[in-house]
Amino acid sequence: MNVKHFVDDKLLVFEITEDLDHHVTEKIRRRADYEIQRFMPKRVVLDFNRVVFMDSAGIGLVIGRYKTTCCYGGKLEMINVSSKIRKIFEMSGILKIIPIISNREAMGE
Amino acid sequence: MNKMIKNEMKLEFLSKSNNEGFARVVVACFASQIDPTIEEIADIKTAVSEAVTNAIIHAYPNGEGLVKIVSRLYDKEIEIEISDTGIGISDIEEAKVPMYTSKSGLERSGMGFTIMESFMDNLKVESIVGLGTKITMKKKINTKEVSLESSTYEIK
Repeated sequence: MNVKHFVDDKLLVFEITEDLDHHVTEKIRRRADYEIQRFMPKRVVLDFNRVVFMDSAGIGLVIGRYKTTCCYGGKLEMINVSSKIRKIFEMSGILKIIPIISNREAMGE
Repeated sequence: MNKMIKNEMKLEFLSKSNNEGFARVVVACFASQIDPTIEEIADIKTAVSEAVTNAIIHAYPNGEGLVKIVSRLYDKEIEIEISDTGIGISDIEEAKVPMYTSKSGLERSGMGFTIMESFMDNLKVESIVGLGTKITMKKKINTKEVSLESSTYEIK
């Protein structure tokens, strides 16, 4: 996972670079929570561009980061979600509280 | 449907979480022999990942045990059995309820069985408390007729 921090926009972007299953999410959640607590961003964006595979562990990961982000007064969004992964998110109903936005919106346009 | 077994495989590994990726890739490679679409392969990988993760997280709370996968290929169908000899499930109906999880501290979503059910055509859960759990999943493969039009092209 790559972390990009935009100080001026109070924006934190997590670019996830591995397949999201239970084994991997354990590591990602520790790193992501650490960064969120450190920077207390207004917006956190999860970038799924390089995620080829995801199972229900991904849902747990996103809900968990939503909680941490909210704790520190920010909001969570997702970008570059493929149709395959979107199908899994739709099943869980979390898209109602955590929106998928376009790349343009993520850049603040 | 032709019920002749085309091929069969058996795989056993310790219930370590780093085996999740290994297990789903093995089953996906095996399934590729009956020419599934990319979409079907992805569905199989997700369902296998859910079942294997369940076995790894829930079956052996006091250490590690073996998780076994048996897969059979038929003409246009794949059958996958994922079993463990762990603690078993006392209430299968409750375990299948979307969002239900017995391990809420682990940040699990409780969507495992729901995803297996919707990504595969058939799901059977058998469990005896203290003896183990067996999940049997089936999926029809490559049932869509390939239209001839899609493979013709114009030569300019």
